[in-house]
Amino acid sequence: MSGADRTVNISNGNSEVNDRTSSIVKYVFFSCALVTVLTTLAIILVLVQGSFVFFREVSIVEYFTGTDWSPVIRPRSYGVLPLIWGTLVITLGSALIALPVGTATAIYLSEYADPDVRKVIKPTLEILAGIPTIVYGFFALSFITPLIQRVFPETGTFNAAAGAIVVGVMIIPMVSSLSEDAMSSVPDDLRNAAYGLGATKFEVSTNVVVPSALSGIIASYILALSRAIGETMAVTLAVGMSPQITANPLESMQTMTAYMVQIGISDVSIGSIGYQSLFAVGLTLFAMTLAMNLFSLWIKSRYREEYQ
Amino acid sequence: MTANRGQGATTETRTDSSTESVTERVAGSPGVDDAVIESRDLKVFYGDDQALQGIDMEIPEKQVTALIGPSGCGKSTYLRSINRMNDLIDVARVEGDLYFHGKNVYDDDVDPVALRRKVGMVFQKPNPFPKSIFDNVAYGLRVQGKDDGDVEGKVRQALERAALLDEVEDQLDSSGLDLSGGQQQRLCIARAIATDPEVVLMDEPASALDPVATSKIEDLVEELSRNYTVVIVTHNMQQAARISDKTAVFLTGGHLAEFDDTSKIFENPESQRVEDYITGKFG
Repeated sequence: MSGADRTVNISNGNSEVNDRTSSIVKYVFFSCALVTVLTTLAIILVLVQGSFVFFREVSIVEYFTGTDWSPVIRPRSYGVLPLIWGTLVITLGSALIALPVGTATAIYLSEYADPDVRKVIKPTLEILAGIPTIVYGFFALSFITPLIQRVFPETGTFNAAAGAIVVGVMIIPMVSSLSEDAMSSVPDDLRNAAYGLGATKFEVSTNVVVPSALSGIIASYILALSRAIGETMAVTLAVGMSPQITANPLESMQTMTAYMVQIGISDVSIGSIGYQSLFAVGLTLFAMTLAMNLFSLWIKSRYREEYQ
Repeated sequence: MTANRGQGATTETRTDSSTESVTERVAGSPGVDDAVIESRDLKVFYGDDQALQGIDMEIPEKQVTALIGPSGCGKSTYLRSINRMNDLIDVARVEGDLYFHGKNVYDDDVDPVALRRKVGMVFQKPNPFPKSIFDNVAYGLRVQGKDDGDVEGKVRQALERAALLDEVEDQLDSSGLDLSGGQQQRLCIARAIATDPEVVLMDEPASALDPVATSKIEDLVEELSRNYTVVIVTHNMQQAARISDKTAVFLTGGHLAEFDDTSKIFENPESQRVEDYITGKFG
């Protein structure tokens, strides 16, 4: 009761002004957020629309089962599998390099490295991530391919192996940096528990830190793979433009992205079937990377920080 | 039982710069003949800060030794120097000697991994691995290569000794993280004793637990001292009085003020500062 005579003013005196300012601020921020949403929607719309035109001419069954891809040059055929094959070879080949090397780098940085060494390696990895991909492509063409040719002289100027290697190197920083974040966020309590039981550093790293950080590590793998799927300039330069299904990585292939570059810079007329194929391939690519990213999100939420 | 009444530890450690003072005992230090762990002039530094000021102490076998004192007095630092967990802190540096069965654990030829297999540890916050209850307890057996024989028997025995078996017998395959806080801590105790260490170090093992869980842990500590040497850090003086045989009182700045039988410390301490601390005048 005695508190009643000590009135405290917590009302918003000139409420109209406050309300207006805060709602303006809110709409400014909202419209900024809207830009990305609308762009995504517009891209999907354009892809779907273009693909719709394409699939009026081409049977969807042929598109997904045909093993010959030649939408521009006669005899025309519209089997997208050679492009998907090229993309898969590059993606899996690069994964073979990037996942082990990236994971080992992350373990080293998170568990072993002296702070001084870390200070050098982390920025170096970030520089690696910042190099334009066309430079990687040029590097593959002028350095990696000649190297492979020294061992396998039959290797073509354009070949899948060089593309896979260079994309692998390109996505190492993605794997190592995201995995290291996940490993660093494993609480020290868990490491101490293992050390206290007489575990060695290697045992602590491999059977405590890595399993506890697994969701983050897998998410980094998937993001790196979807980056490899979408990688364009380096593979266009290194792998070439020969859509074919072959098990020989020393031959030229063509990825979906490289095909899109080829059509994009070629003189096919707008509205032609070759032009429309761009949308179908783009939509297929988009669906693949979207699926990977959704899978990564699912993995993350499924196994999210279960140690806390 | 009690011998060597000396001056307060504050003056004791001040004179420690001369090496012969190493042979003298801290105020009230009981002559322990069956000491498993002995520290001589043990100092720990974190960077430029000295956390322990030349500690001399002997920890008797198969008894409970409690380390008490106000926050920041160095009691946990002392505990972690026994199994060289301080090695894991980049800025930590240890001087002086700490003997385990007469062997200085800070000698160059000592492998801290091997040491920690003899000296188990339970931490302040329950820290089970994100694995099944069974795998949590079996983890130490696996890393120590003791998983060749009857792993299940060893796991069950450890859970039994940690007074947890009855509660989890039907769910050994479920995650250790599904247990309550008190159960998790007993799981961590089971994990620590499954490999049959000689010494169990406990760093405020009940401070994150409710009173019921705490009293279970306390019962367990007394039970454990039949088979193991237990060193327990606690900020709870009643707890130290209830469960320990010997008590070491650390005071601010990393000084060991007094070390004696627990009954002596709580009923008739030598130094005024310890009495003030025990009776709650500070700390």
